[in-house]
Amino acid sequence: MEKEQDKIINDVTSGEYKYGFHSDIETEKISRGLNEDTIRTISGKKNEPEWLLEFRLKAFRHWQTMKMPTWANLKIPDIDYQDIIYYAAPKQKAVNKSLNDIDPELKRTFDKLGIPLEEQKHLSGVAVDAVMDSVSVKTTFRETLAESGIIFCSFSDAVKEYPDLIRRYMGTVVPYTDNFFASLNSAVFSDGSFCYIPKGVRCPMELSTYFRINSANTGQFERTLLIADEEAYVSYMEGCTAPMRDENQLHAAIVEIIAENNAEVKYSTVQNWYPGDKNGKGGIFNFVTKRGLCRGENSKISWTQIETGSAITWKYPSCILRGDNSTGEFYSVAVTNNHQQADTGTKMIHIGKNTRSTIVSKGISAGFSNNSYRGLVKVLKSASGARNFSQCDSLLLSDKCGAHTFPYIEVDNQTAIVEHEATTSKIGEDQIFYCNQRGISTEDAIGLIVNGYAREVLNKLPMEFAVEAQKLLQISLEGSVG
Amino acid sequence: MLIIKNLKAEINGKAILKGISLEVKAGEIHAIMGPNGSGKSTLAAVLAGRELVTVTEGSVTYFGKNLLEMPPEERSKEGIFLGFQYPIEIPGVSMVNFMKTAVNEHRKYKGLEPLSASDFLKMMREKKELVEIDSKLANRSVNEGFSGGEKKKNEIFQMAMLEPRLAILDETDSGLDIDALRIVANGVNKLKRPDSSAIVITHYQRLLDFIIPDVVHVLYDGRIVKTAGKELALELEEKGYDWIKKEVDKKDLA
Amino acid sequence: MNNPSERSERYYNLYKENIKRISERSSPYFNSFREAAIDEFNKLGIPTKKNESYRYTNLDTFFNHEYKSYFMPSASDFKKAEEFRCDVTDLDAHGIVLMNGFYPTIKDKMRKLPGGIWIGSMNEAADKFGDQIRKHYNKYINGNSDGLVHLNTAMASDGVFIYIPEGVVLTKPIQIINLVQSDEDIFNQHRSLIVAEKNSDVTVIVCDHTLSPNKFLTNGITEIYVGENAHFEIIRVQNEHNNAGKITHTFMHQERNSYASSNNITLHGGLVRNSTYHFLGGEGAECKSLGLFLADKWQHVDNFVNVDHAFPKCTSNQLFKGVLDDMATGAFNGRIYVHKDAQGTVAYQKNNNILLTDDAKMDTKPQLEIYADDVKCSHGATVGQLNDDALFYLQSRGIEKREARLMLMFGFAHEVIQNIKVEALRDRMDKLVMQRLKGELSRCAFCMVKCG
Repeated sequence: MEKEQDKIINDVTSGEYKYGFHSDIETEKISRGLNEDTIRTISGKKNEPEWLLEFRLKAFRHWQTMKMPTWANLKIPDIDYQDIIYYAAPKQKAVNKSLNDIDPELKRTFDKLGIPLEEQKHLSGVAVDAVMDSVSVKTTFRETLAESGIIFCSFSDAVKEYPDLIRRYMGTVVPYTDNFFASLNSAVFSDGSFCYIPKGVRCPMELSTYFRINSANTGQFERTLLIADEEAYVSYMEGCTAPMRDENQLHAAIVEIIAENNAEVKYSTVQNWYPGDKNGKGGIFNFVTKRGLCRGENSKISWTQIETGSAITWKYPSCILRGDNSTGEFYSVAVTNNHQQADTGTKMIHIGKNTRSTIVSKGISAGFSNNSYRGLVKVLKSASGARNFSQCDSLLLSDKCGAHTFPYIEVDNQTAIVEHEATTSKIGEDQIFYCNQRGISTEDAIGLIVNGYAREVLNKLPMEFAVEAQKLLQISLEGSVG
Repeated sequence: MLIIKNLKAEINGKAILKGISLEVKAGEIHAIMGPNGSGKSTLAAVLAGRELVTVTEGSVTYFGKNLLEMPPEERSKEGIFLGFQYPIEIPGVSMVNFMKTAVNEHRKYKGLEPLSASDFLKMMREKKELVEIDSKLANRSVNEGFSGGEKKKNEIFQMAMLEPRLAILDETDSGLDIDALRIVANGVNKLKRPDSSAIVITHYQRLLDFIIPDVVHVLYDGRIVKTAGKELALELEEKGYDWIKKEVDKKDLA
Repeated sequence: MNNPSERSERYYNLYKENIKRISERSSPYFNSFREAAIDEFNKLGIPTKKNESYRYTNLDTFFNHEYKSYFMPSASDFKKAEEFRCDVTDLDAHGIVLMNGFYPTIKDKMRKLPGGIWIGSMNEAADKFGDQIRKHYNKYINGNSDGLVHLNTAMASDGVFIYIPEGVVLTKPIQIINLVQSDEDIFNQHRSLIVAEKNSDVTVIVCDHTLSPNKFLTNGITEIYVGENAHFEIIRVQNEHNNAGKITHTFMHQERNSYASSNNITLHGGLVRNSTYHFLGGEGAECKSLGLFLADKWQHVDNFVNVDHAFPKCTSNQLFKGVLDDMATGAFNGRIYVHKDAQGTVAYQKNNNILLTDDAKMDTKPQLEIYADDVKCSHGATVGQLNDDALFYLQSRGIEKREARLMLMFGFAHEVIQNIKVEALRDRMDKLVMQRLKGELSRCAFCMVKCG
């Protein structure tokens, strides 16, 4: 019985990565290496204004004084930052991206990924910004959204068209000095998405960005900025994949969110970067800084993430709860298999009065992987009536993997109530047996149990994503779920 | 003894009680029945002085005094006892110490000397026998690790110790098997004095087989929608609450 | 002169100045460890907030101070020790007293108790119990990254040695009273070793007191070996004045099927840091690690716990609680580490804290690090106020709010105290905690120091 179970776990967790193909697209690349000239080149290619180049250079100079962080529970091989290509863009005929101008191979790539670039083909109610390597290829529904005053476009376009908004908000939530990877991103970021929801507007459709790494030896450094003005609401989704390669590739992104009075932002991620092969060869290094600022009263920022990909994940989507009565949420499922490593979690910084935060983290470890939750709940003296509840569970599917929980709780206000709970356990044999007794195979039972385990988080995803995420969970654990 | 007039109350801004009037005379047993969410437990909480509930309108007079002005402990000492639906576990606080403090506070209020340790233990023993509670329970922390039935029996035991004039039993029957139910009901009956009253809140009629009410009220959507004798309970048992809901909703439409 | 490296250097200089005197009076075996230990200390230094395990504890006020002397005892110093009487009058225990970390020289340096148990001076034991010392001394601290552990090994020269032979059950507890008394500000270190052989059963009570108002800093290590199937309990009661810094490191090594518990009750003290390391070194071993502190004024109390599940089928349970008043600060650092093959591990950890004022602050860091899959592990941590529902329940029975709050706080603390099996001590602790919660001064024993 146990043997069979092990076998099934093994089968289930050795599932193949479905998005590992590489597209043959004519690409413009700059040469490897990183110095001030690289940054001038990137900035020049994008015809950026002087102030942005200055921002990049300041970040770069600061980055040079920094060291890779070593506090995470990760074994990160040495990264040669001079051996990376910092800019790669699919060649396009025209600057104005009408659909007819897009390379058919590029369109085919996104079709294959299930992200059609034609609006009529697309799931209704989802606008997509498709990013390939360093640039945004196409943003759908731009015009439709513009009718309600919503700005949704690539970051590069926003720099040209809305420089004031970018200057006002960029770097206010994640300063260029924030951490090693954020500084690197600030110096070399290529593209990403920009979104502004004006006062009182409920965004009528889901916004989403799809990130695809295609070129070899390149790093991807995108930057997303999301602003919800007073009383605004937006639900935003992010997906990502990359080809299978034996080399590791670096992805270091920044996401900044700002929510004004009574605004609400939901940010969902299904992260499915190539995780490397069964022996831990290849895969993406995913070092991401995501942070939201609840600046206004009664504002709310909610992070939901399904992390299944990447060889190494280093990621802590956080909320700064500055406005009184503001709310932060973090719902996460992180699956690691084979030799994957993840150190992920959140920070909830309570500054305003009666601020609330909820953390639900579900870690699932299989194979030889290591999966850590790392979180900080900090209640400042000013945050009277602050309330936090954290639940961090870990499920172990093999005897060679690790599951770790590192919560930090710092409370400086007597009226605050902070509660943290965590459990770590093996998948329940009695649960599997119960399913077996009802005629359900062990493999299906494991799928059911894992999905049930992650349910609380999956439920937080927009419908369009939930189904995909559920499938992804199963695939990620194929050959490993026990 | 207890006069409730047009009582309205809310929790976190949500109106739960929408105008309740009710009079309980000395010696009477009132049953309050009603579907889930009708406001039964909120009514009990208001009477006991739970801060979570905000009274927005109406009055509650108890032996001529304004009950709503009293802190919970004073209401207790005035003889109001709430049997909780979900008695909370208080680790580290022993039952003996807890009850001794409570009994002596009551005595002080009446101008009596505190009980000596031996008299107190004797009293505990007697009351335990009366309500057939396992004597071991008294040596543990308040409600800690008690089963559902034990918690309810413990409520009745405390009621025996404090000898209230008005007992409010909030779904004391829920989660009890038939034997425990009988023990709890017998306890209540034994403790009943000619001049003491009770409000029995319940969802089912089965408790009322053991504790015979003088009056039965049906609470629905924050209002008392029907009041009758004990036969009403039987009718509800037979027909459920739907017919009452329909009747009320029809009236609302008209 | 108070930057971290200069500060560490000052303690290195202290070593250099005193090492000759220390070595002359110590057993050669202990001396043989000193050089390597001071090298290790030089590498690690005095911990700062940059050390992950001292993230929430600032040692500055105590380590930046110039202590007048590194204490070496003379006969007259022990008079006070001789006169000291524990005020837990109905506590029936085999008592020994340490003065500023040294075993008194006035009487026999080793005492024999029923069943062949030996208690006495650590330095003396190095001669008389050479085999035991060689087997256990400095064996359970390997690779420790706390510079203070190595500073102790480099300089400490005495402490208590207890040897409990195989199968011996001692019904009366052993009580070690650690006194600190001097007319000068002093820094002292002591080193103790307890060996509880196979199938033995013993309880040790350690009481920490300060007898004069000078500024003190103590850095002590206790190594404990708990043999197969043995049963061992240690209870530490800390009651020192606000000008005293107390740093303890307890290393507990357990063999298979043994049971051991540690309970740190901190009633008073300026700065208290207790590091407790449990190593479950054999199948079926079980340990309990408990702690309670009540802090007010500017006091700071930090409990650091590490439970190492190195073998299958071991069980561990941690429960630490804190009540913080005034501007007091507290920290909890707890870790459960389950090694790769430690299948069948059951490990729990709980940390609850109550803040009584807006100026009190609590930082807590409960951690799980798990490399085996057949485990049941959980932890929970809370920082907050008293439970409103519980408060209402008590009030609804006629108990006044103030009294109800007191009862709940007492109950909160009693959850830790109730684990003390020595009745006289348990009752005494309950009483002291109650007095403390009521705001009555809870001075212990001969305490001459008014902490005010």
